[in-house]
Amino acid sequence: MLHLSEVHAYYGKSHILHGISVVVKPGEVVGLLGRNGVGKSTTLKSVMGLVRPSQGRITFEDRDITGLAPHRVAHLGIAYVPEDRRIFRLLSVLENLRTGLDRPGVTEARRAALLDKVYASFPVLEERRNQLGGTLSGGEQQMLAIARAMMLEPKIILLDEPTEGLMPRMVSQIRDIIERLHQEGVAILLVEQNVGLTLGASNRCYIMEKGLVRHHAPSAELRADPSVIHQYLGV
Amino acid sequence: MLPFDQILIQTINGLVNGMVLALVASGLTLIFGIMDVVNFAHGDLVMLGGFVGAITVASTGSFAIALLVAALTIASFGALLQVTTLRPLIGRDPLTTILATFGVSLVLQKYALWQFGPSARVIPQPIPGQFDLFYLQYPWYRVGAAVMAAAIIGALYVFLKYGKYGIWIRATTQDRVMAGAMGIPVPWVHTGVFAIGAAMAAASGVLFAPLAAVTQTMGSDFTLRAFIVVVVGGMGNLGGSILAAIFISLLEAYASLVVSPAQAVIVSFVALILTLLFRPTGLFVSTPR
Repeated sequence: MLHLSEVHAYYGKSHILHGISVVVKPGEVVGLLGRNGVGKSTTLKSVMGLVRPSQGRITFEDRDITGLAPHRVAHLGIAYVPEDRRIFRLLSVLENLRTGLDRPGVTEARRAALLDKVYASFPVLEERRNQLGGTLSGGEQQMLAIARAMMLEPKIILLDEPTEGLMPRMVSQIRDIIERLHQEGVAILLVEQNVGLTLGASNRCYIMEKGLVRHHAPSAELRADPSVIHQYLGV
Repeated sequence: MLPFDQILIQTINGLVNGMVLALVASGLTLIFGIMDVVNFAHGDLVMLGGFVGAITVASTGSFAIALLVAALTIASFGALLQVTTLRPLIGRDPLTTILATFGVSLVLQKYALWQFGPSARVIPQPIPGQFDLFYLQYPWYRVGAAVMAAAIIGALYVFLKYGKYGIWIRATTQDRVMAGAMGIPVPWVHTGVFAIGAAMAAASGVLFAPLAAVTQTMGSDFTLRAFIVVVVGGMGNLGGSILAAIFISLLEAYASLVVSPAQAVIVSFVALILTLLFRPTGLFVSTPR
C-alpha cells in the first residue's frame, strides 16, 4: 500500500535520509525503531509531503505521491499525528476535530457517526468539546491529535512518538487505541522510543541507523531474540 | 481647560476615523496573520476600491451597488495578485514579499494615474443631512460610514467564528503545516484570505471616498496608518488591530485639539515607537499566538 523506495531527504543542508526503503501493507502496523536523530520523523514527514525528498520515490496505492502537497496526501487517506501533537491551540476541541471533518463528500449522518465513534473512544474529548485545545493536558492533547487524524477516515496513520512524555496510564491507553485501529483495518506506521510498546503493537519493525534501514524483521522475531535490538538501540 | 464640547466632537471624529481605519487594518492583519506577508500594496487596494466605487456611483447612482462592485472587483484582483506574485514566494525570506508588495504598490499607483488621471474623484455622500452637534453641523454620513465599517468587521468576525471556512482560516493561521496535513487546501485558503482582505480594503475606499476624495496617491497614507495600527495592536491579532485603530484615531483627534491636525499625526508615530520599545508584541495582546 505505502512504498518508500530509496528515499533521500535533506533538512536544510544536512543529509537526513540516505536512501530509505519501507513498505507498509494494508491494515498492517509497522514500527520504525532507532535512536534519536536517525531520521524516523523525517521519514514520516517525507510521506506527508512536509519534507520534499531529493531522490527516490514514495507511492501510495500504486500512485506516485513523492513531493505531493500535504493536503492532497491527506485526501488520499494518509493521516499524520506529529511528535509535538500540534493541536490548534486556539481552536476548541470540536473545531480541532472539524478540521478533518469538513471535507467534501462527508454527509451529515457520516459526520455524526464519526464524532460519536471518537467520543466513545475518548469520552474526555466530548466533555471538553467546547474548551480550547491549548487548555488540555498533554495526554488529552495526544488523544485529540489521534482523534483528529481519525476524522479523516484514513487508510493509514503515521504516528510519531505518541507516548512521549505521557504518564504510564496514558501510555496503556495509547496502546489500546493502536490495537483498536489495527482491528478496524487501519494501517499504522509507528515511530516510537518505547521499544516494548512498539514490538508489542506491531506486525513488523524496521530498525534505522543514520538515515538507512539496517534491519527488518517480524516483531515476534525481535521479541524472541532481543540481541538485534541491543545491537542497534543499546537497550 | 479644554471645553467639553470640543472633546466630545473629537471623540466622535476619532471613533469615525478609527472604524474606517480598523476596516483597512483588519484586512492587513488577517493577511499578515495567515501568510506572514506585510502587504505594502494594501493602501493601494483601498485607492483602487475608491476609484471603482466612484465610477460605479457615477454610472449607476447607487452607493450600495458601488460598495458591492468595488469589493467584488478588488477581491478578484487580490486573488489574482496573490496567485501570481505572492504564492510563489510563500516560505521564502519575508523581505522578498515586502519588496514584491512594494513593487505592486508602485505599479498600482502608476496604473491609477494612467487609467483614472491625476484629478481627484468624489462620491457624493449617500446619506444626506446633518445633525446639530454644539456649534457644528455634523454630517450623518460620517456616523453612517462608521456603522457600515463596524458592520463589515462584525460580518468578518461571524464568518471567522462560525462555519467551515472560518475554521480553515483560523487553523491555517495557527499552524499552516498541520492544517495542510489535515487536508485543508492551504494555498487556496491563503488566496481566499488575501481576497477577503482586498475586499475589505476596497470597501474602506468606497466608505472613505465621500469623506475626502479618491486620488491615486492616497494609498501610501492608508498603508502607513494601517501598518502602525497593526503593529500597535499586535501583528496578526484581529481584535487588537480594531482596538488599536480606534485608540490611535482617538489619540490623533485629541492631539489636534492642542496642535494642528498635520502635527497630530506625530502622536501615532510616538505610539508606534513606544509600542516597539516596550510591548513589541502589541498593546492589545492577551493570548500568546
